[in-house]
Amino acid sequence: MEEILTMVEEFDRILVLGCGGCTTVCCAGGAREVETLATLIRMDRKQKGKPVETLEAVTELQCEPESVKPILEKLANQYDVVLSMACGAGVQTVAQLFPNHNALPALNTLFTGRAEEHGVWTENCLACGDCVLWRTGGICPVTRCAKSLMNGACGGASEGKCEVSKDRPCAWQEIYHALKRLDKLHYLKQEPQVKDWPVHPGKVVREDLREGEATRVD
Amino acid sequence: MSSFEPLIAVFSCHYCSYAAADLAGSSRIQYPPNIRIIKVPCTGRVSANHILKALERGADGVYVAGCLEGTCHFISGNYKAQKRVQYVKALLSEINIEPERVEMHFMSAAQGSKFAAVAAEMTDVIKELGPSPLNHSRY
Repeated sequence: MEEILTMVEEFDRILVLGCGGCTTVCCAGGAREVETLATLIRMDRKQKGKPVETLEAVTELQCEPESVKPILEKLANQYDVVLSMACGAGVQTVAQLFPNHNALPALNTLFTGRAEEHGVWTENCLACGDCVLWRTGGICPVTRCAKSLMNGACGGASEGKCEVSKDRPCAWQEIYHALKRLDKLHYLKQEPQVKDWPVHPGKVVREDLREGEATRVD
Repeated sequence: MSSFEPLIAVFSCHYCSYAAADLAGSSRIQYPPNIRIIKVPCTGRVSANHILKALERGADGVYVAGCLEGTCHFISGNYKAQKRVQYVKALLSEINIEPERVEMHFMSAAQGSKFAAVAAEMTDVIKELGPSPLNHSRY
């Protein structure tokens, strides 16, 4: 919070921009959180005797230019800075679409995860680009093993718990049990997996989805 | 500061504390006139934003008065409210507003005297704290 307040210190008209996608689902940057943050900023600035104007809006998906553009164009000239409550991809979409606007991140994007229960999220995918879940019983060793080991447990676990932290299950022990349950233990005897780590930044191009003329194939 | 009369918003549950306020009234029990009751169907309806908005718009304190533990008409609305109050307290600390300005209380519909006691207690606490840092211009 302190970091956000410092970031917006010099601005007097702030657009707090939420995202209707992932950050809404994980209660970090949807309409409700936008309202909370905008209220807190106003309260803080009122105390400091430097009142601030806030605008609140939520884009459908902030990583999609089509959903960001109309909202920002409609509100043009009504704000000095965009405080984005989307993930890093959303913040950068705003920054790229409107290079003359200040786009600030209100969130620290932590991970791609899933909801274990309402209010508990765990990291489950690193978007590593080379999925091995088919041979690990649906348990990702890249994210769920503290060492991201690819070919079996390290030997440091005790009673099924990781040596890094006692409240963390050993991913490889879970993988073993899952494969046993699925009668696929032989996967563990396959040749060792060598990971093809991706080179950043990633880029995907689907020619079939792009605009433009088709190339003639003769 | 002796003339400071705080303004306190109370989110009151229809099934318990609102009825307790009614009972306090019909029993002729006095309680401080500083509180303003906002009736809700269940304290589970009260979100962090409701509490923050009340403070932003001029309340010096806010409390949520829900059913006694285990007696919520909707099973767990009062526990949800209690957790949200804790969350708001943490948020307020971050912007240097005393978390004691926001509180959760539990009471039954039969506890008119407790309703009055809680109102008096909260009024004392807020009087001690002084006007909300957002309201200095009002006093």
